[in-house]
Amino acid sequence: MHKYKYTTIDPITRIEGHLGIEVLIDNGIAKEAHASGTLFRGFEIILQGRDPRDASRLTQRVCGVCPTAHATASALCLDDAFGITDKIPENANFIRSLIFGCNLLQSHILHFYHLAALDYVDATKATGEIHPFTPRYQGDYRLSEDINNQALKHYIMALDIRRKVHEMLTIFGGKMPHNVGIIAGGVTERPTEDKIANFLARLKEIIDFIDNIYIADVLAVARAYGDYFQIGKGCGNFLAYGGFATAGGKLFKSGITSDGQKADSFKQQNITEDVKHSWYRDESSGKNPKQGETKTHPEKETGYSFIKAPRYEGRVYELGPLARTVVSFAQDDGKTKKMLQPILSEFKVGVESLFSVLGRHAARALECKLISENMLQWLNGLEPDGPISCEYEIPQEAQGSGLSEAPRGSLGHWISIKDKKIQRYQIITPTAWNGSPKDDKDQSGPIEQAIIGTKIKDEKNPFEVVRIIRSFDPCLACAVHLINAKGKRLGEFEVV
Amino acid sequence: MLKKEIPVIWLQGAGCTGCSISVLNAVSPKIKNLLLDETVPGKRLSLRFHATIMAGQGEPVIEVLSDTQKQQKGKYVLVVEGAVPTAKKGIYASVGKKGKKHLTILDTVVELGKDALLTIALGTCAAYGGIPAAHPNPTKCKGVKDVFIENKVNTPVINIPGCSAHPDWFIGTIAAILLERTLELDDVLRPKLFFGKLVHENCPRRADFDKGKFAKSPGEEGCLYLVGCKGHYTYADCPLRQWNSGLNWCVKAGSPCMGCVEPGFPDSTSPLYEKIKPEDIEKCISTNTRP
Repeated sequence: MHKYKYTTIDPITRIEGHLGIEVLIDNGIAKEAHASGTLFRGFEIILQGRDPRDASRLTQRVCGVCPTAHATASALCLDDAFGITDKIPENANFIRSLIFGCNLLQSHILHFYHLAALDYVDATKATGEIHPFTPRYQGDYRLSEDINNQALKHYIMALDIRRKVHEMLTIFGGKMPHNVGIIAGGVTERPTEDKIANFLARLKEIIDFIDNIYIADVLAVARAYGDYFQIGKGCGNFLAYGGFATAGGKLFKSGITSDGQKADSFKQQNITEDVKHSWYRDESSGKNPKQGETKTHPEKETGYSFIKAPRYEGRVYELGPLARTVVSFAQDDGKTKKMLQPILSEFKVGVESLFSVLGRHAARALECKLISENMLQWLNGLEPDGPISCEYEIPQEAQGSGLSEAPRGSLGHWISIKDKKIQRYQIITPTAWNGSPKDDKDQSGPIEQAIIGTKIKDEKNPFEVVRIIRSFDPCLACAVHLINAKGKRLGEFEVV
Repeated sequence: MLKKEIPVIWLQGAGCTGCSISVLNAVSPKIKNLLLDETVPGKRLSLRFHATIMAGQGEPVIEVLSDTQKQQKGKYVLVVEGAVPTAKKGIYASVGKKGKKHLTILDTVVELGKDALLTIALGTCAAYGGIPAAHPNPTKCKGVKDVFIENKVNTPVINIPGCSAHPDWFIGTIAAILLERTLELDDVLRPKLFFGKLVHENCPRRADFDKGKFAKSPGEEGCLYLVGCKGHYTYADCPLRQWNSGLNWCVKAGSPCMGCVEPGFPDSTSPLYEKIKPEDIEKCISTNTRP
């Protein structure tokens, strides 16, 4: 009789929030994977009936790692609903991008060094067997002693750097986590000359770190773990809403692509959210977020996650830094091609090899370079005497949407206002896409697909699984682990 | 010299990880010192469980919880970040799986709370319920102290609210514990050292208030009273300490104080950009009596 082995890893640590993974391993190959998480603390329910302006403060609390992504999406959403999108002063656009840019840099640096690195770097070689560096998986640590030591030094250095990026953010954002600077209609902090100089000095130190240390460390990991260009491909479809307004259009282009060669345009009406395998009532399945509902049903038999399954034209898409890079690459963006060239030529791989664990880490690092260099231009665009916000009236009734590019991928907020209050608010986070369960057609989500088919060398220490999961940088802080009320096992596989 | 270690278990409930991220922003000591060096002379922390930082995953890290409880009974500090969902026996938040069983945050906080030296409720969610407990509180979230009372856990609780909490407030509290000092708490269990004075008392825009110079929208000069500042009834040292290495804070950045350290946040302090009403202050004083 055929024997299966079910491996459960719960909690998945060193991610934002909490996620459990169940993987069915058959003769050393992952045959099935279920990502179980949630997007439900009830934010959308809590927001109903509140003053719309409060959304850009409260929705930040969805996630303490990328709060400014929510502040930005929410402010864009409110600007749209209030009919003032075209009236936002240039200063405010630049300051919003600077605040948000800082947060993106902080998030990526934190992710590589403090969330992902311990899968590749053996910390105990320097610290000894102490908490929180033990217990951990044993075995596959491949870095030479010198490179391992250097990486550990950079782990410590990056703790300082990410703190400094938050400090830089605070110059215009007031405080972090949870900035106060980005509001409907603009921003609250004036770009005075002293702040511009203060910001620039800090930014240069961060650029130096990204160019000379972060990118070099990603390459060092790639040299030792080259097989991870072939591991964790995933669904192979990429989507980006686009984000970060610059003089020549959006810095991150909007679009969809399946091969990295040709891109199609993205239209938000093509997004639907399925709930067949999510703990929500079935009648809310297949709706566009504008009509979306949040009606929980934690006892649902077919459910295994509180994440809904967002799909585009019914298909599974990956979002995030890799998706942004591939979407820009496919639109013949000279800058992206130039940016990728050193990696593609050093490792003698084509763009399709970036659809992998290492490709995701590389895209994140290279994106930091792109953002930080653009921040110099945004800073340069600030006018100390210029306006920082515009006037508006809260409308009696209105609808709005705010789409942007968060550190982990495209983020959307949708609002309906009635009697000057929030009637409905819907948020689709990037991890809702990447960490989604199966949809109504039983297509597995991107992280699930990236795990399925992977050869697991050591079932007691399934490094491959956790490296794949963390390469997506899942963020479930919003999703704080709802679990099946009955504790029921998933699927009908025989468990040994 | 052999350093004395205080084991720390850090649990995350219905929260956003923002308080963890805030503690990473600590400067003196830095997070590196907190993890690896002594925090006060001769004593250091041993962070045994923290889901965002620790190397391990899955069942081996879950065993760390029960091992610490057994081996370090009465000696470890429990830090809780995020609120505790109590609806449906706590199924809305789990720490992880032990065998086939999900460990809920509710059960874990009660179980580990019983044998802890003391418990720190870090952030407004853990202290009072915070944003996940905001109306209509879909998952029936509560703060740690309320959960302890309901489950007859007598371990002392120190609340360090804030959305997020300031890293200095956390580190100062940890230092007091390591130095075996007792911090004086107010009646909502906040250390008076950090939460002893009104924001309004120390606000740099106080002179504008006294002169009657008011901002009409956030970002303008003048007192932010008319655009929703809650500093009149909010107890925190933000104006003096400031945030992110003392660089800035809400009011300095042109934004009204949101009262994020107060037990009723966010419901009692909303709408955030509307002027406070007299009944808000009365409500606050009655739930929050001061000497």
